[in-house]
Amino acid sequence: TEEENTGARKIRAAFHVFDHKADNTVDVREVSTIIYSLGCFPTKADIHRFVDEVEEDNMGYVHLDKFLPVMTKVLLENKFPPIPEENLLQAFEVLDKERRGYMEPQELAKYMKSEGETFSQEEMNEMLTALVDEKKNLICYKELISQLTLDLDT
Amino acid sequence: MGCGMGKSSLQEKKCTRVSIYSVPAIRAALLIQRWYRQYVARLEMRRRCTWNIFQSIEYAGEQDQIKLYSFFGFLMDHFTPASSERNLISHIFRENEICRDTEWERYFCYKDIEVPDSYTGPHLTFPMTFCGVSKLVEAFKQKQQLHARYVLQILGETWRLLRILPNINHVSVCQTKEITICGDLHGQLEDLLLIFYKNGLPSSEKPYIFNGDFVDRGKSSLEILLILFGFLLVYPNDLHLNRGNHEDHIVNLRYGFTKEILGKYRVHGKKILKLLQKIFSWLPLATVINDKVLVVHGGISNSTDLNVVSRVDRHRYVSVLRPPKVVHQTLNGNRNEGDNGPAEGRRRVRSLTNHSSALPQRNSLPRRSLQNSSISHQLSSSVEDELKRRRRLAGFDQTYKNANGSDSDSDPDFAEAPEANGHDWKQIVNLLWSDPMPQNGCISNEVRGGGCYWGPDVTEEVLGRHNLQLLIRSHECKQDGYEFCHNRRVLTIFSASNYYEVGSNRGAYIRMGADLVPHFIQYQASRTCRDLTLRQSVGWTERSALRALREQLFVHKSDLIRAYREFDPHHTGKISMRHWASATETVLKLGLPWRVLRSQLVSRTHYGMVDYQQWIKELSITEPKLEVSDTSILETMYKNHSNLETIFRIIDTDHSGLISLEEFRQTWKLLSSHLKMEISDKAITDLAHSIDFNKDGSIDINEFMEAFRLVDLSAHG
Repeated sequence: TEEENTGARKIRAAFHVFDHKADNTVDVREVSTIIYSLGCFPTKADIHRFVDEVEEDNMGYVHLDKFLPVMTKVLLENKFPPIPEENLLQAFEVLDKERRGYMEPQELAKYMKSEGETFSQEEMNEMLTALVDEKKNLICYKELISQLTLDLDT
Repeated sequence: MGCGMGKSSLQEKKCTRVSIYSVPAIRAALLIQRWYRQYVARLEMRRRCTWNIFQSIEYAGEQDQIKLYSFFGFLMDHFTPASSERNLISHIFRENEICRDTEWERYFCYKDIEVPDSYTGPHLTFPMTFCGVSKLVEAFKQKQQLHARYVLQILGETWRLLRILPNINHVSVCQTKEITICGDLHGQLEDLLLIFYKNGLPSSEKPYIFNGDFVDRGKSSLEILLILFGFLLVYPNDLHLNRGNHEDHIVNLRYGFTKEILGKYRVHGKKILKLLQKIFSWLPLATVINDKVLVVHGGISNSTDLNVVSRVDRHRYVSVLRPPKVVHQTLNGNRNEGDNGPAEGRRRVRSLTNHSSALPQRNSLPRRSLQNSSISHQLSSSVEDELKRRRRLAGFDQTYKNANGSDSDSDPDFAEAPEANGHDWKQIVNLLWSDPMPQNGCISNEVRGGGCYWGPDVTEEVLGRHNLQLLIRSHECKQDGYEFCHNRRVLTIFSASNYYEVGSNRGAYIRMGADLVPHFIQYQASRTCRDLTLRQSVGWTERSALRALREQLFVHKSDLIRAYREFDPHHTGKISMRHWASATETVLKLGLPWRVLRSQLVSRTHYGMVDYQQWIKELSITEPKLEVSDTSILETMYKNHSNLETIFRIIDTDHSGLISLEEFRQTWKLLSSHLKMEISDKAITDLAHSIDFNKDGSIDINEFMEAFRLVDLSAHG
């Protein structure tokens, strides 16, 4: 179908960005970036499962022939759907118990580094640079959510 | 919470352990992490695409350069000695002036150059001392310029020193003495100063290796050279320089170093350039640390043999791009008419290495450029070369000019000394131009046009054969300043930060101790970019790359329209996105994913079709300041901007920076033969006259090229 063709083309295009040898393989470590770039929001656990299915016998690379059908299925079944903005907002409000509309950098860092699929220090530093309002030294999540979504679309 | 997230067993585990946070908090954290990681990955994808753009354009430029140079080689072979074209360019292949060291010394003598009282820059005394160099560093930090007298003095001393250095430096590190290794600097003085600031100045306790490409592109190539040479003079056992592919006067013509020198030293620039040519040819080719770590600018090939490398006469290769001066005869005695000149297209540029010349002869049969020989010639030539070398060493070879003084610097004359060895030359080109590739094997490097691509198997074989454990090289820009490959047996180190654009990449250097384990220090020179977020720096670099790409599209307007029309037989003015992508690649040959880039380059599509006429019109880039009636000539100028400038500078033999009407015409003739285009004499004359030839009928090269700098007025990003 037309939809399938478009989907397959998108998958191939994203795959080829990392296909340095031009032999239809990518390093297994790049798989998550490819999946995310196709608009999916998997958890790390989802990614591990995906990689298990497509990696070439623990060789460290993935071939397009295996990647394509699995990724196509993911897209068609919308397995890792985007997170609606309201959900994201609610998530922040759970952590920002007083519902001030903002969080202090250390507060968020505490959660990100100790709970869920924790962030490494490097990821945390990057996140803080991206999210912290310099003047106020706060993370004003309400504005951020829409701004970051906009960033990616422009 | 309604986030629609299924619970995996992993998450269940986390929920059952004792946590100070409630389940909703954990779920919230998971959601935010997931969202943020997606955001970063999307940016990384964009960054990677942008990177590919810059890299393609950069390597296409290098390839272009080599094609042009091969074209000159072709001209040299196929034009009679009397032809004017040959005369214009023969000087880059041959030195026909002074031949002896003593005469060169006289030519380069600084003693008659007076330093006026008005000079406010640093004064140097010789012999050079640590204080002297430190003073020099300070002065350059203050943006002062060193007087030509002192420049020539430092260069003269450097030249003398380099001549006694071997092709391969052997250094040792021990417990108390770590070594620092830096990669490409490309004229970016801020990066060198940052390295010295973080790591300390070179000294006997702080040895350094600089792995080539000190010059071109950046604005302070000469300052970097003078600082490095200064330290070399003070600490010759602790400061090591490896030659890079940009330590080459032919490459410098195109990439800015020649222009920098001539701009800074109007009176003595020519002399300085000439002396630098010699210095570059005398730079060592590689450094080995503790007999275990090989440091070389480009890389290796499957035929790399350090024993051969250590024996070559390295100074005979003034430009590594210069084909070896072997004369030969084809099998049937005729010239190959079929494959003349540079090959077309990105993937068909023949390497200068894996097709070496055929059987060398000793007399004046027509010489031929490298690419056109077949493999059988290649095999017999290496045997022949080896025989010649042995004969020469045994004193039998009468035509070898300087059998006694291989350390003297008489210039290899193109017509007279046919001993120059194709095999030796290949070794050198590979060391300076090659790149690693992930798959096994060794193939010619068609992207750059010189050297080869070598695989992990070649790394293992070559390192094994020489009993080495690590290869450190540079030559390729890396986002983090360094990168391992080939199972961590090859390490790329690149020290020019923000190379493509502000924020594009960090620079790095290596510290290594007796354990030979590399430690990395990264940095980024510009204050502005340090404060940028990932999103901002990706955005900035992306805009810059897209601008560069739009420029490429703009200058190839006519060819693009022609290519699009082939997919539009009914002249609807529209073609599918797939056809647009395919046609664009056919014209530009950059190997980029046009489908993916389409959305950033073509703002409007209609039911999946691209209105190409409209789109091309909208690539709004301003016209140059010149009024030129013939638009196709204009387009040729844009497209061949760099080649045009390179040819100008070659023709401008006295390096005055000015060209006459006649020289201008000759440049065009050369360019049009290279492009296999017809340009009528009348068209050229008209063009020449439409440019303001003021006063003495000559134009300033810089001004002329400036008039063609494209300025992007479009409002896009």
